[in-house]
Formats: sequence, C-alpha cells, structure tokens
Amino acid sequence: MTTEMTPSAEKTVVNNTDWEPEIIAFCCNYCAYAAADLAGSKRMQYPTNVRIIHAPCTGKIEMEHILEAFLKGVDGILVAGCLEGGCHFMEGNLRARKRTDRIREMLAEIGLGQERLRMVNLSAAEAPTFVKSVQDMVNTVRSLGPSPLRDSRPLESEGTL
Amino acid sequence: MIVASPKSITELKNLISRHEKVLFAGCGTCVTVCLAGGEREVGLASYAVRMARKLEGHPVEIVQTTIERQCENEFIKDLAELAADVDAIVSFGCGVGVQAIAERFPKLPVYAGLNTDFMGLLEEQAVWTEKCLGCGDCVLGQFGGICPVTRCAKRLLNGPCGGSVEDHCEVDLDRPCAWQLIYTRLKNIDQLDRLDEIVPPKDWSTSWHSGARKVVRKEHRV
Repeated sequence: MTTEMTPSAEKTVVNNTDWEPEIIAFCCNYCAYAAADLAGSKRMQYPTNVRIIHAPCTGKIEMEHILEAFLKGVDGILVAGCLEGGCHFMEGNLRARKRTDRIREMLAEIGLGQERLRMVNLSAAEAPTFVKSVQDMVNTVRSLGPSPLRDSRPLESEGTL
Repeated sequence: MIVASPKSITELKNLISRHEKVLFAGCGTCVTVCLAGGEREVGLASYAVRMARKLEGHPVEIVQTTIERQCENEFIKDLAELAADVDAIVSFGCGVGVQAIAERFPKLPVYAGLNTDFMGLLEEQAVWTEKCLGCGDCVLGQFGGICPVTRCAKRLLNGPCGGSVEDHCEVDLDRPCAWQLIYTRLKNIDQLDRLDEIVPPKDWSTSWHSGARKVVRKEHRV
C-alpha cells in the first residue's frame, strides 16, 4: 500500500494542555483521497490533527493495520471509503465496513472504546462531507481524551508512526 | 475438517494473566481453513491481548508463530526454539493440537486459544456445518450418504420423527431434516427399498462413550 503523510502540523495548546488528538484517516484513492484533495483546492479548513494514509481501496486496509496503529497509541482512526454500491473494486468498501465493525466490537471489549474507530462513505466530489467527517472525528476523540495506549511522549517525534 | 471458533479476548487475557512472555502458536491446517487459528487470526488475537494488557497497566510480550500442523510431533519440533524463551504457550490449534503441545513441553503451561467445535464442512463463505460425530461405526452406506447419527437431532435410525416443519428439523428450524434428505437422496439413487429394512440398535461401544479411543494399525507398525 502506498502511504503518504500530510506535512507535520504545528500543535496548538487547547484547554491548557498540550494534547491534541492524533487521528489517522485511511482514505480510498477513488473517493476520500480525492475529496480531501478537493477540500484543499477549495481552501476548506479542516483540523490539522488528521494524518491521511492513501489506500488503493478501503478493502485493502487490513484489520492488522488498524490494530497496529491503535496499539502504537493513535487516538482515533477514520476509514473513508466510497458510497455503498460505488466501489471501484465492486465490494471493497463493503468488506471494509465488516472489518471496521468487527474491530469496533474488539475495541469495546478491550476497553479502548469503539468510538475511536469510524467508517464513513463519501464520493470524490464531497469535499464538505470529508471535512465534516474529520471535524466530527476530532470532536469525538477530543471528548474521549488521549488514547490510554499512548505513551507520554508525542508519537511523531518517536518516529513510530 | 475440524472446525473451531476463537475464544473471546477477555477469556484469552484471563488465561495468560499470570504470565509476562507468551508464545501464541497457530496451526496451519484445519483451523487456518476455518479462519480461527491461522497466522492471521493469531496476529489479530495478539494485537487485542497486548492492547488489553497494556490498558491494565500490565503489558505482556507476545511471540507469534504458526506451524504447519500441531497434531504431529514432527511439526511441533519447530516450536522448541521459541518455547525455550517464554513463560507459557497459547495454542490456536484444535483440542488435539493443544494437548499434543502440552505433551511435548511438559514444563510449560499450555492453554487453548480456541474452542474446538466439530468435524464439519464449509457450506459457503464462513459457514460450517457438522457432518460427522466420529462414532466409529459408519452407517452412511445405509442412508444414502447422509448421517442420521450426526444430522438428526434425535439420532433416529428407522425413519423420521414426524416433527419436521417444511423439511426442517423441529429442534432447530434452520437445520434441514436429515430424514427428509435421506428420503430424497435414496429416491434419487433408486434405493428407496433400503428404508424397508429395520435397522437394529447401533453398537455404541465404538463411540466415545466409554472414553478416549485408540487406533492401532498393525500392518503399518514398525
């Protein structure tokens, strides 16, 4: 899988703490990645907490990729795929939905909280939907607080993500 | 094929709660095919247990490997090197594999990572059904290749109970009536006359009921 990261964003201080949610967005090449690109072209603002990983299809995102990120302490993960019925590979997004549902069950059982993982469906033209999904995810994770699996030091400076 | 199901993350975590370094051993045969204890499932279980333990503030180190077959000593040898450096082993094989590993490593605690369900058949993607009870006295020849001992909830050998509903078992309406299947099958192969024979009580002494069984084939002994 090709991975591309957005440039590191300068962290801002919120509520007198230096914690900012760190969110990973697995974005399908055919929809969410293009929607994020479009949001950029349209100069739409969205939180800088999100790190985009460019996936050929959400069906290519293995459960291990998501679990590995959570184990390393990421605060939330957004899986963004095509509208149901609109997958370039027929049913990759439907498979991704089943996998994310299963991981949400696992996260609930483990005690990390299923809200930290979310899957959304959108088309390449829906830049506003992408922006709103990211904002919603950041707000959700902000209310949940830092991942209890997160080590005390910032992840990016450790080079673990 | 032996069909098994994964234990819950909570149960797995509790099984190894007293250990610091554990080997998760998958099996590359039946339980890989039934998506319960192969390399991938061992990986997922490992992530989940490591997360759960880290959340409890009591992290665990997990070493993972999957061997070709856990029910043969020849393959279990491959675990020896890794097993030398861990506190315990969780076997993701069927019950046979777990016990084989426990025998092979007498000083190490060995736990079962799966619940072994039955001998069954893959009906469709991720759906398995039980087909054989391993009774040791096969009667499939009399019943058109459909086992009333395994597939009839009442294990009837002389015709249906009369309780089936639209060709399905009254005990579980999702399950086809074995005797309906037997009738249809015998009709298709023109052997309905077999149903005229009275089947005497089955000899259950070959079944599990008198304890674990043993097979010795003298001609292959060395």
